[in-house]
Amino acid sequence: MSRTAPSRRGLLFGTAAVSAGALLTACTSNEPKQQEQPAAGNTPAAEDKPGKPVTIGFAGPQADHGWLNAINQNARSRAATYSDVTLEITEGSNDTAAQIGQVQTLINKKVDVLVILPADGKALTQVGLQAMRAGIPVVNLDRVFASPQAYRCWIGGDNYGMGLNAGTYIGEQLKDKPNAKVVELAGLDNLELTRQRTQGFDDALKNYPNITKVARQAADFTVESGQAKMAQLLQAQPAFDALWNHDDDQGVGALRAIAQAGRDDFLMVGGAGAKSAMDAIKAGTGVLKATVLYPPTMAASAIDLARALGQGKGVGGLAELEIPSSLTLYSAVVTKENVDDYLPTGFN
Amino acid sequence: MTQPASAARKDAPMSAAESSSDSASGSTSDTSSGTAGKRTRRPALMRWDVRSLSLLGVLVALVAVGGVTQPDSFLATSNLQLVLTQASVIGVVTVGMTFVITSGGIDLSVGAIVALASVWATTVATQEFGFAGILFTAVLVGVGCGLVNGLLIAYGGMVPFIATLAMLASARGLALQITDGRTQMVTVTEVLDLGVKDAYVLGVPPLVLVFAAVTVVGWLLLNRTTFGRRTVAVGGNAEAARLAGIDVRRQRLYLYLFSGLCCGIAAFMLIVLAGSGQNTNGNLYELDAIAAAIIGGTLLSGGRGTIVGSVLGVLIFTTITNIFALNNLETAVQQIAKGAIIVAAVLVQRRTLRGGDA
Repeated sequence: MSRTAPSRRGLLFGTAAVSAGALLTACTSNEPKQQEQPAAGNTPAAEDKPGKPVTIGFAGPQADHGWLNAINQNARSRAATYSDVTLEITEGSNDTAAQIGQVQTLINKKVDVLVILPADGKALTQVGLQAMRAGIPVVNLDRVFASPQAYRCWIGGDNYGMGLNAGTYIGEQLKDKPNAKVVELAGLDNLELTRQRTQGFDDALKNYPNITKVARQAADFTVESGQAKMAQLLQAQPAFDALWNHDDDQGVGALRAIAQAGRDDFLMVGGAGAKSAMDAIKAGTGVLKATVLYPPTMAASAIDLARALGQGKGVGGLAELEIPSSLTLYSAVVTKENVDDYLPTGFN
Repeated sequence: MTQPASAARKDAPMSAAESSSDSASGSTSDTSSGTAGKRTRRPALMRWDVRSLSLLGVLVALVAVGGVTQPDSFLATSNLQLVLTQASVIGVVTVGMTFVITSGGIDLSVGAIVALASVWATTVATQEFGFAGILFTAVLVGVGCGLVNGLLIAYGGMVPFIATLAMLASARGLALQITDGRTQMVTVTEVLDLGVKDAYVLGVPPLVLVFAAVTVVGWLLLNRTTFGRRTVAVGGNAEAARLAGIDVRRQRLYLYLFSGLCCGIAAFMLIVLAGSGQNTNGNLYELDAIAAAIIGGTLLSGGRGTIVGSVLGVLIFTTITNIFALNNLETAVQQIAKGAIIVAAVLVQRRTLRGGDA
């Protein structure tokens, strides 16, 4: 019996390794939700008149979470609105080596422009460089390459800004309340973006000396973890004034825990911009009063930028002849007042 | 779990450490083939070994730590209800896992099965059949996955590690396929109502009652039935068990079926708790369940299993998590502490084993 014990123990650690891998791949997106009807109604950034035909290669990661599904949908539907754009999409993958191969295939096909949302920005840098050296301009979507030489243009979300705007919104709501307490339900702590969101939030709160952050717990961007961690936080903090939750999907679980505990003594701000969150904000009956955007519409804008690159145009409304080298989206705060404007961008 | 008082009456401390804590060796020939035959025979109720006692001690110590550091919030009724509720889902999975490990196997697919069962049971078409539709589907999917695991291992000759690893991958994949990453919201109020305070029975949440029921059934099954004795025998020495007339393959099939059944029940409990099904549900359950079973005293090499120990292991983990959250510790500290506890428990187990076999 004892002879086999070491190998059995090996199994335990093997399980740990496998599970950790599964966790990593499951949590590489910011927002596990999907969009079927992307908001493609806004005016495109580049000029709308048909120009010379452009073939855009699109390499995204595996859409194992809905936010990434929404990214793919946005890219597809925006490309379909242009008669002069042909979209070549590769099957998404979370495997770095596989995605490198896919990008190389697109390079060999001699597409005019590449849009890449890398599974891992650092690991895909080399293939970005390859594309640029082959004369194919790269639009880097969201997860940034390690070298500025690897892309012509970067467009992505603002995690620090999410925290900053959430903190500022909460600060304004509570500025007249002495000794106000806030609680933070963070996302997956392994991710850089979680630290950025927390940093932005803390920096915003520094402007409001009457507010103290009394607790912070990290969840895993999942409904289950949101429910479990929020239930604990509610036990730990019998009274507080505001809650900043990094992610609307774990927010589904958090709202469930809040309902189960029968609490309604604070205001809650979510993150990302899921449709369910916007619906709740619009209804206005629960604790959720606002959500801070991290919109998947950036994929549609990336197609606009790629088309402009391929046709040698600038961005409409700007004086410059060329498109900018980087574009950071604004993390708008969606409240009951403006929710109708943003509802079309909410994803399921 | 049901007889802590009898622990004080244990009469053979030297052999207690190596004998099964609460698995019935009884007087049948089945079990004597299970281990080296060194065990002493005592009435089952008196067989609380050193490990289970020490686990109980750890739990009491943790409760003391919680009570001292957060006197107001930790010992509040609502917090104790929360700890038990949070232990319930993973607890039910762990009961099934204890059987599998006792038989010398492993089930890496439990978390994935919980995920698949929860999303399958919460897709809209299923919800049209209401409470029964959701419950039935969750259990059926769990049992179905367990059946596949069992057939592959028992009759396909596959190593449990590989067969359940394959199930882990494909069940998670299928769950993702069904949901497209979306959260499947539950709209059936009878299901949602089970999770709120109004549904508590004499202050006990319904999910905790389910956990208690599964624990009792698991304990009886392992310690009071032929099925349990066969499980121990297969884990102790499969060849000897076969020679003793046990249909080892059928027994293995039943064990993975049982584990799948527990996953299906747990999936339904999770649906009640989270009000939804999601493909990320049950994340790392395989690790938590294996760790809880082993810390509880079930041998990873098979041949000895203890339901009481497993439940104590789950309660210890949940209580630690609760205390961490109440004291607002950081994620990194929580993970380090949890890892340290697993390592310590395995080391203690190896030491105990070596002493027993010497």
